[in-house]
Amino acid sequence: MAVVSRDGDTGAAAGASRPAAATRSFEPARMLANVGRLDWLAKMWWACLSVGLFAGLWELCWALGWADPQLLPPPHIFLSNFGEQGKFFNTATRWQVGNAMGEGPSALESVMITVGATTMRVFVGLVLATVLAIGIGVAIRYWHLFDKLVLPTVTLLSPVSPIAWLPVAIFLFGIGNAPAIFMVVVALFFHMVLATINQIDGVSPNLINVARTMGASKAQIYGRVIVPAILPGMLAVLRLNLFGAWMVVLVAESTGVGYGMGQVIMLARNTFNPSLVFFTIAVIGVLGFAFDWLLRLAQRRILYWLPDTKEKLRGL
Amino acid sequence: MAFDAPTFSSRDAVVCRGVGKTWAAGTKRAHEALREIDLDIKPGEFVVFLGPSGCGKSTLLYLIAGLEDSTEGQTWSFGELVETPSPERSLIFQETSLFPWLTVWQNVSFGLAIRGASQAERRAVAAEALQRVGLSAAMDKRPDELSGGMRQRVAVARALAMRPKVLLMDEPFAALDVQTRARMQDFLLDVWRDSGASVLFVTHHIDEAVALADRVVVFTARPGRIKTICPIDLPRPRNLFSREAEAIRIQLTELLRDEVDRAFAEQEALATAT
Repeated sequence: MAVVSRDGDTGAAAGASRPAAATRSFEPARMLANVGRLDWLAKMWWACLSVGLFAGLWELCWALGWADPQLLPPPHIFLSNFGEQGKFFNTATRWQVGNAMGEGPSALESVMITVGATTMRVFVGLVLATVLAIGIGVAIRYWHLFDKLVLPTVTLLSPVSPIAWLPVAIFLFGIGNAPAIFMVVVALFFHMVLATINQIDGVSPNLINVARTMGASKAQIYGRVIVPAILPGMLAVLRLNLFGAWMVVLVAESTGVGYGMGQVIMLARNTFNPSLVFFTIAVIGVLGFAFDWLLRLAQRRILYWLPDTKEKLRGL
Repeated sequence: MAFDAPTFSSRDAVVCRGVGKTWAAGTKRAHEALREIDLDIKPGEFVVFLGPSGCGKSTLLYLIAGLEDSTEGQTWSFGELVETPSPERSLIFQETSLFPWLTVWQNVSFGLAIRGASQAERRAVAAEALQRVGLSAAMDKRPDELSGGMRQRVAVARALAMRPKVLLMDEPFAALDVQTRARMQDFLLDVWRDSGASVLFVTHHIDEAVALADRVVVFTARPGRIKTICPIDLPRPRNLFSREAEAIRIQLTELLRDEVDRAFAEQEALATAT
């Protein structure tokens, strides 16, 4: 994911000049070794165990008769009739005029089309919001006048709930992908601008002073010092906002879009189908988890210089 | 502030005339850090700034570097008025100030990269500077793979790569353990002799001042003024356990104790007032 362009010049230079024999700690092979093999398996095992425990508790409640299967169907019920549930996905195509109930894509295809559509909206919205927010955030600190003109408005709009933007999205973009993407962008953008500014203000003054004494211009200080220095923080911000994006996209889809996970949830609500609700929640959970995993992988690759504090904390 | 023709040699490395600095001037939180500093530093001289914590000695270093503007007086370096930072006056900080995302050699040649030097040239200059600090083997390492002492040596190499005429050092060895600090002091003296640059070195360690300085500038407590300038004529390498060194140490201790007492009394008065 093109989050921010790191100091490409020196980065590329380092790659080109690296002696083949030298042992270096951020070689791809070693990084893969870090992520891969037993470590990776162990992580999967713990993830499965964590989810399994939660599901087990739920199943227990059902077995004891505390959880009414009509209202809170446990995993073995809402996951079992996949073919039945899958029908409800991809609502737009399935109930197009002229399509009989038995025609159209299969259950699996329907789920994939819906998941693909929602994921694309999240991804595009996230990328747009990140690029815009970092751009505007850096510009706010770079030009004092821009700061004075823009920051108050950004701060003013930050606390506005995405729900309030929903009518605006429909006024502006009607129905389709555009309003859903707009919702994701508008829900994340203002916070991420403030987060960017916060990150810039947290850059060690020593690093900036070093660059100044070496004769760096303002643009060089921003390009070569501030942007690389805020990258770790910005990726953390991005990870947190990833979950925000998944939350908002459902709200957006529940109204102004032909199909998507939000539509499925709305359909489940209107037809009183708890099984479908929990099935969709499970799918969203898996998707969000996968996104987060990919982002962490990217984080480790882009931010090769960060120490592993987590390992130290574990030793406490 | 108008000055008549300045009465100093334009060949002097650093000249301060009536320099003062008030932080947050004109506000309620204004406080005076420095007052009426007059100082002449010769090319190739090793000068140590000694004073109690918070006396403004670091502030003076930042003013000479051109990173902060003085509120009173003016500073010249080799006849030129100090208005902005310059590669001729390199600053080395107490904390590590290496860029963690760059390798050692990229850190050392950062200043050249800014001027748009070719990669071959940058690597050559970095190799030479790293050789001077004895870290040729660490060229391609990252800063977090080095010890604290090695990192400060890389910071020195980075400063040397700019071929500075004045090296400004803000308690550069304060975070190091005692043994490493002693080795770093010897190392710094070697580097200083080779480079021919003037060194301005801030510390609150009396031993460090005795080990390093041609002259020790002793500061008063806040607002920082120059209390005394103490020349140290001992030949190098210095025996810090000699009677002469001991005499200087006692003299500096006495000078400093008054100021620390004064700073304490002031702080106590301030605490009871609020």
